[in-house]
Amino acid sequence: MSASPNISELTKTASQVRRDIVRMVHAVQSGHPGGSLGCTEYFVAMYFHILKHDKNFNADGIGEDLFFLSNGHISPVWYSVLARSGYFSVDELNTFRKLDSRLQGHPATEEGLPGIRIASGSLGQGLSAAIGAAQAKKLNNDSNFVYVLMGDGEQNEGQVWEAAMYAAHHKVDNIIATIDFNRQQIDGPTEEVMSLGSLKAKWEAFGWKVIESKGNDMAALISKIEEAKSLCGKGQPILNLMSTEMGFGVDFMVGTHKWHGIPPSDEELANALGQLEETHGDY
Amino acid sequence: MLIVNYQLFLLNLALQKPLLTLTFLLVTKLTFTEKKDTRSGFGAGLHELGKTNKNVVALCADLTGSLKMDAFKKDFPERFFQVGIAEANMIGLAAGMTIGGKIPFTGTFANFSTGRVYDQIRQSIAYSGKNVKICASHAGLTLGEDGATHQILEDLGMMKMLPHMTVINPCDYNQTKAATLAIADYEGPVYLRFGRPKWPVFTPADQKFEIGKAITLVEGKDVSIFATGHMVWQAIEAEAILAEKGISAEIINIHTIKPLDEKAILASVKKTGCAVTAEEHQMNGGLGDSVAQTLSRNLPTPLEMVAVNDSFGESGTPEELLVKYGLSPNDIVNAVLKAIKRK
Repeated sequence: MSASPNISELTKTASQVRRDIVRMVHAVQSGHPGGSLGCTEYFVAMYFHILKHDKNFNADGIGEDLFFLSNGHISPVWYSVLARSGYFSVDELNTFRKLDSRLQGHPATEEGLPGIRIASGSLGQGLSAAIGAAQAKKLNNDSNFVYVLMGDGEQNEGQVWEAAMYAAHHKVDNIIATIDFNRQQIDGPTEEVMSLGSLKAKWEAFGWKVIESKGNDMAALISKIEEAKSLCGKGQPILNLMSTEMGFGVDFMVGTHKWHGIPPSDEELANALGQLEETHGDY
Repeated sequence: MLIVNYQLFLLNLALQKPLLTLTFLLVTKLTFTEKKDTRSGFGAGLHELGKTNKNVVALCADLTGSLKMDAFKKDFPERFFQVGIAEANMIGLAAGMTIGGKIPFTGTFANFSTGRVYDQIRQSIAYSGKNVKICASHAGLTLGEDGATHQILEDLGMMKMLPHMTVINPCDYNQTKAATLAIADYEGPVYLRFGRPKWPVFTPADQKFEIGKAITLVEGKDVSIFATGHMVWQAIEAEAILAEKGISAEIINIHTIKPLDEKAILASVKKTGCAVTAEEHQMNGGLGDSVAQTLSRNLPTPLEMVAVNDSFGESGTPEELLVKYGLSPNDIVNAVLKAIKRK
């Protein structure tokens, strides 16, 4: 991690990650491209600038920052970023969702994929695990941070709010939770499926310090996450309400729930790749 | 038969059949001087772990007193986490705390430890291979007056179906304490089931708990009785009645439902030729099912099951409920007679 981010380099990496995402999903004609594309800046910012992490993976993560993905269905973006940052060979992205792969449809520890510390996919569980890990860090006198990403549709799950209440009560102030606020879920816009009301007001009412960020603007996002870090250690957990556009980076996938869990056809793949520069070499 | 005071039982037996009493005492040597709740065995074990293992942490969902976790909370407040009435979150927190080397023990009623949080256990603990100890009190009918909403009879089945999960159901205070200590030294997810009522304490206080190793309490030649949890004592009482009828029953304490000690089960049945299982659980999915699988695959043998037969419980005293739902010593005796007849 450097003091100031190289936005140009991070943006190039993001383009390659987006190519990986659409190629992975296309290859097996299954997976979740929309949310993955929308969160690409966040993942690249985290793994290539924010996180203090060791690609020689240690599951306990003592002395490192920890990252948890609660909305596990956006596994393509995580797998790409883990591979591109050296946790495993980028060639292994070829195995995504195939038999005998470590790259399961939803992230898992069972096959021993470096970088994954707990399974996710069934929604609503990641925040609890991240808070537990944050409390273990405190017991271990480990001053590093714990990060967790959730979906906005995932806010429908009751367990999220159990965890929210708990973290504020126990003053878990070494955690930065982020919501991918793309206003879409499988059945449609969040406002149609299950109105979220004001997420900011809800989280503040639960006792969290809330910051708002723009998730598809690399420089602005990094600045906001740095701000979130500076707010840690003050007796309050931090919530980063990160506005994104589902499908960002591929024009025909942007801003609709349609691409939540649909793979592109051959023609659509070619169209998408035409919009995304190959910067670090395809796998 | 209701749960009898053991001394009274022996006195009656001695008056009526002095020789049989002598034989009974010589053969079984099983007696008890006090009754204690198995949940207190858990509390005592957890407190001891607080002293001996700095990585042990405890989480409780607003039932600290009921789970007997007060002593741990008092002496190790920095390692005790009050979660409130939010069991799903508790399971997730516990899974997360293992990342960094902690050994979390979660505590709530068996119903809220399993059925309420099945998916959380499945994904965050079992599938993720997390070293969490799910400690569950007030299991089964002997919860008593609170009724069927709280009397879970499906928990063993749910837990044993999960890959990676170890399932333990000790029989008395001493064994519950020993099991609590033992699971801290075992790496992997464990479901530890215990209960509310005061129950005869008959296993040695210094008996080491070996996960997955059945304990033969009484040797016999006519029938094998495989019992778990509170039903082990019921089986011991049944054995005395059977002895009076001239039937020699072997009593084996299956404290670990998974992994099942198949070797011990098969060795016993090979000798006796028939078997009875006894558990405070649904017949579907419990110990009886596991034993039936073992026997049918290896050594087809007449088997009778003493368990709740596809129904919910109700309010009542533990003793009344055990009789009404067919889990009394007499029910075990009748099952034995039936099994022997089928040989």
